[in-house]
Amino acid sequence: MQVHRAFEAGWGGAVWKTIGAPVLNVSNRYGAWHYGGQKMLAINNVELISDRPLEVNLREIADVKRAWPDRAVIVSAMVESKPETWHDIIRKIQDTGADGIELNYGCPHGMSERGMGSAVGQVPEYCEQITRWVMEVAKIPVIVKLTPNISDIVMPARAAVAAGAHALSLINTINSIIGVDLDNLEITPNIGGKGGHGGYAGPAVKPIALNMLVALGRDSVVSESKLPISGMGGISTWRDAAEFLLLGASSLQVCTAVMHYGFRIVEDLCDGLSNWMEEKGFAKISDVVGRSLHRVSDFGDFDLSFRAVARIDQKKCIRCNLCYVACNDTAHQCIDLIAKDGSVVQPRSYDIQANGKEEAVGTRPSVYVREADCVGCRLCYNVCPVEDCIHMVEEPSGRQAITWGQLSKSQRAVTEDWEEMRKYREKMGIHIH
Amino acid sequence: MTNSQPEMKRFEALDELLPPLSANEAAVESARCLMCYDAPCTHACPTHIDIPKFIKKIGTGNLRGSARTILEANLLGATCARVCPVQELCEGACVLGAEHKPIAIGRLQRHAMDFAYGTGIGLFHPAKATGEKAAVIGAGPAGLSCAGELAKLGHRVTLFERRELAGGLSTYGIIGLREPLEVALAEVAMVEKLGVKLETGQELGTNLTQAQLQGEFGAVFLSVGLGATPSLGIPGEEHILDGLEYIEQSKVDVSRLVVGRNVVVIGAGNTAIDCATVARRLGATQVTMIYRRTEMEMTAYSHEYDFIKREGVSFAFLTQPVRVHAENGAVKALACVRMRLGNADASGRPAPRPVEGSEFVIVADQIVKAIGQEKPSLAAQLKLKTEKGFIQVNAEFETNLPGVYAGGDCIRARGAASTVMAVQDGKLAARAIHERLVGRG
Repeated sequence: MQVHRAFEAGWGGAVWKTIGAPVLNVSNRYGAWHYGGQKMLAINNVELISDRPLEVNLREIADVKRAWPDRAVIVSAMVESKPETWHDIIRKIQDTGADGIELNYGCPHGMSERGMGSAVGQVPEYCEQITRWVMEVAKIPVIVKLTPNISDIVMPARAAVAAGAHALSLINTINSIIGVDLDNLEITPNIGGKGGHGGYAGPAVKPIALNMLVALGRDSVVSESKLPISGMGGISTWRDAAEFLLLGASSLQVCTAVMHYGFRIVEDLCDGLSNWMEEKGFAKISDVVGRSLHRVSDFGDFDLSFRAVARIDQKKCIRCNLCYVACNDTAHQCIDLIAKDGSVVQPRSYDIQANGKEEAVGTRPSVYVREADCVGCRLCYNVCPVEDCIHMVEEPSGRQAITWGQLSKSQRAVTEDWEEMRKYREKMGIHIH
Repeated sequence: MTNSQPEMKRFEALDELLPPLSANEAAVESARCLMCYDAPCTHACPTHIDIPKFIKKIGTGNLRGSARTILEANLLGATCARVCPVQELCEGACVLGAEHKPIAIGRLQRHAMDFAYGTGIGLFHPAKATGEKAAVIGAGPAGLSCAGELAKLGHRVTLFERRELAGGLSTYGIIGLREPLEVALAEVAMVEKLGVKLETGQELGTNLTQAQLQGEFGAVFLSVGLGATPSLGIPGEEHILDGLEYIEQSKVDVSRLVVGRNVVVIGAGNTAIDCATVARRLGATQVTMIYRRTEMEMTAYSHEYDFIKREGVSFAFLTQPVRVHAENGAVKALACVRMRLGNADASGRPAPRPVEGSEFVIVADQIVKAIGQEKPSLAAQLKLKTEKGFIQVNAEFETNLPGVYAGGDCIRARGAASTVMAVQDGKLAARAIHERLVGRG
């Protein structure tokens, strides 16, 4: 029923999660991280795979597929690591008429204790072996879903490529403990007095997912395989969707945002994305996929002579002084409070007897960046609550472009010795106070 | 002049206007605060409460710390949360005011204060006893603040109050709509709990002498407020009710407060607005406020003026009362003349002049005057130096008599008198008195 409703709402496909080994679930299976009045910036779950009987799932998959022939139904599967068990589940899935299979090598809790999920995904050799078993019988596309709970996500991806998988998807949930209840000191969520690690997902994980997506896109083995990548991990709005596409995902999956707001969110995911594509002159999704990937670089290839400084738009500034405290307490101390008469003043320098809104607003100093001392760290830009108030302005540094990579080749001593570095800075006019 | 409303309805009519914030509302509002650095709200607050600090503590669920942050700067945080003209102070200075809605600082402060008083946690413990004694005359906001701060510092403080109840204007002069009586009395109890000895029914000059005080106490703080409502000097004035007494009765003895059907309030300050509010809410069908200048010159805060207009009160500006018409002791009407504005007077405002032959009559069965208060009479009695009739003090709040300090409305020669200003006076005077007491030892 839920998949029917999702399709009615406009979703192009569904990943039917996850069928396979017999399980029993527990209560209080979702924890959530709320911050600053925002609910569910992330969710964590100790839910296992589907606890409904396998036969019921298979029958319903067949029903849905019959009713919605134009929508993609992918079935996520996870069984014990035996060839015959995998062969059996793959055949059963194929019999439903499903469009594809996703191999769940990601689940970081419960199933992994039984040698499934991330227990597979964390060992590239297991990944490859099981995918090979699957490919022996698979007649429909097979997607390998990767776990982020690994040092280098490229390794299991290469294993999937080697085994002949048709596509990759990432990321699965990240291992996490959501918190401790400060009233009773129990772990959240509380499962009969106990708690444990679960899979972390939702808006907060998006940057981690993007980084892993890029890691695949930049790996020669994975990119040369030309396997399509299905991206997920915190996609909530069309903006998130566009970023995943730009960094190389050609299809997208959404879960936490739907758990939070329901199927209706697909409307703006499509509408916003379409409007943005139209504005940018992109006719189809493939025009967008991977378009920003070439801009991802390593530190050693950044131009050390590129210079940007923060500039505050005094007309927009509301004088909250958040940039001031951020810069002075934790950054380069180059923002000053300037009084009406042009003098630099210290915070809280008003008379203890002074009060009233006219006095407080009228005598409030302005914040100015001493651009000569600004290293362009961009912290003030990030803390500013006003849109378009602080700009990072590109300023000519007067130096020729050079990267750390080039420097360590051409002037190796500078990159290894502080005294040589001092001389180099002096020569180049690099002043860091 | 019978009042047909059942008593319960009468009480409810003057119940606190704003409901408390729910825990969720407070959390959402607290999250909205940007946590400005060296925040303008704190600058604008006469007691300089660290407002972002107490607001963020609400957000983290540290209500105890939040309440303590407030009370460290302002012992009467519960009263101020309710009666402060926040539009002119903290909220008026909020950086979100220009394009969004300012943070509801007053209501968040009330949330933290309600927690502190609701749970009855003691947030302060007096310091080690110094053995020094101080007297505070007048248990209004300035006196309570000064007495409480001195007690916290370890001094033995006696707080003398001429009335039956302590709290001053918080108890007697602020309508229940803004501050219920219990809030003011809870603050008095909190100050007593700090070790302050409260003696009511004690008035300097009647049953208490200056010599007595100076003999027994190392320092004296005068927080005697202002005097009665001045006389209008018009025939029939004996039929006009005093606005402060009118409000007082609405708070401490509402069942016996008789409210007319056609009520005229003379004056256009905040007290006059409170009188009109009481009259309207307790059943008057017609309430007219008359003022001899125009709305441009009226002293009420603009938000109070907006409020009273919504209460359905009408205004007669450029109108001055000349005579009360009464029959058999019952008010029938108020005769007035029209005014026009002339050149600026001593107060800097245009002086109103009567328009000849413009006399007219406003039908009324009750007339209330709220035209300010007399200057403190105690000044002359104690031979204190004055400034425009107010007690003169130096930067340390000390009068010309060594060891005699003063604060609150009785010294407010400049600027608007308000509870929060009085609290700050009391706090700063307590610091000066402390220096005097421990310095001397």
